Amino acid sequence: MELHFDQELAQLKDKLLLMSSLTEQNVALAIRALVERNNAAAVKVERDDDLLDKLEIEIDSLGIRLLALRQPKASDLRLITTAMKISTDLERMGDRAVTIARRAIELNTEPELKPLVDIPRMAEICQGMIRDTLDAFVYQKTDLARQMPQRDKEIDQLNRKVQGDLTEAMLGNSGTIVRALKLMRVAQSLERIGDHVTNIAEEIVYLFEARDIRHHQETVVA
Amino acid sequence: MDNSKDKPIVQINRLNFWYGDKQALFDINVGIAPNCATAFIGPSGCGKSTLLRCLNRMNDLNDEQRIEGTITMHGMDIRAPEVDVIELRKRVGMVFQKSNPFPKSIFENIAYGLRLQGSQKKNHLAERVESSLRRAALWEEVKDRLDESALSLSGGQQQRLCIARTIAVEPDVVLMDEPCSALDPTATAKIEELIQDLKRYYTIIIVTHNMQQATRCSDFTAFFYLGKLIEFDTTTKIFTNPANKQTEDYITGRFG
Repeated sequence: MELHFDQELAQLKDKLLLMSSLTEQNVALAIRALVERNNAAAVKVERDDDLLDKLEIEIDSLGIRLLALRQPKASDLRLITTAMKISTDLERMGDRAVTIARRAIELNTEPELKPLVDIPRMAEICQGMIRDTLDAFVYQKTDLARQMPQRDKEIDQLNRKVQGDLTEAMLGNSGTIVRALKLMRVAQSLERIGDHVTNIAEEIVYLFEARDIRHHQETVVA
Repeated sequence: MDNSKDKPIVQINRLNFWYGDKQALFDINVGIAPNCATAFIGPSGCGKSTLLRCLNRMNDLNDEQRIEGTITMHGMDIRAPEVDVIELRKRVGMVFQKSNPFPKSIFENIAYGLRLQGSQKKNHLAERVESSLRRAALWEEVKDRLDESALSLSGGQQQRLCIARTIAVEPDVVLMDEPCSALDPTATAKIEELIQDLKRYYTIIIVTHNMQQATRCSDFTAFFYLGKLIEFDTTTKIFTNPANKQTEDYITGRFG
């Protein structure tokens, strides 16, 4: 017999999955807006971000309601608390996608500073991380989730390189400053997206294994 | 199973129990930590109350019962033939589902057990009655009406009176068999608060059907199913990350 509570938990999971795939899509669109100089993609990012905000609120209020009314235990408790935390990370990833999209629209009005290499590479890693983290959630693959902190380090490294290269460009030619600053913002946003995906991956490990792997340590919870 | 850094006050080893031909407990091994509250949970008929009643030999009253294994308290075998059961029950007090005050005054309910213990001096009796009622968080409500019948108290007050009566004789362990199941939420909250306070002085073992109650007032939880101890751990562990699927299914309301 399926419990009403199970239906409510399924609803929570569905909302979280919808929010995850929308976030994945928005990050991809934001990158396309920049790399392909596609303003339509950027506009869509901004529009869909409202949906992400709405889903964050829905997930939180459903979570609060289930905590108050169902007094969840064990894996149910972990699902609800992690869903609420994951939705916060997804919402912030969405905001970063909006930042990238806005900078893309601004950059698209000017000639390209230089062919983009490292930023698309960062974006590629980010998108791979998002995809795999979503898979880890759907198929309970915690081994996949556990790879994220390491993969996030690659993004951090690339970000440092991008910031350095752009600083050099600015020092060499003050005419690049405005565009370089915008690109720096894009790289920083990707770097933050990597951090949020890592947070989500850590939450997924907690959800399925009740192990806390945050901040480079590992403990069994309780 | 070691549940605490402290040596268990009660240690149960390889305990089997039968009502006639029907085995009610199977190979139970568990140690109860001193000055902690331990909750026994599980669906009806899982053996939790049977185990509780083994701890003060209440099951002796049943002719059909048979028991194997050992139960020690402070290292002493409570089932040894030389053990005085009355003495044992002073050291292992019990509070029942339904409050059962004597049809006497509030004062006499507490003083009764003390007199049986040999306390006769009025001053001494009065002191002990007051301290027991204070510990049971009832003193302020009854101090001006100690001569009134205990039956005039509300259900929640009666249950706290029974707790006061139990602790008046200074037991080591207090067994509580669903002590709040007949009480309203306010009276229940008072008893649960009381359990937290009483842990300082006594070891509490509580049988409860109310999982929220187990989470609110116990440090350790033992989950029983069909006469077997399925899982025993800290209450936090049991309710956030149980090791056993049956425990998980029971506490999340998916069976039982």
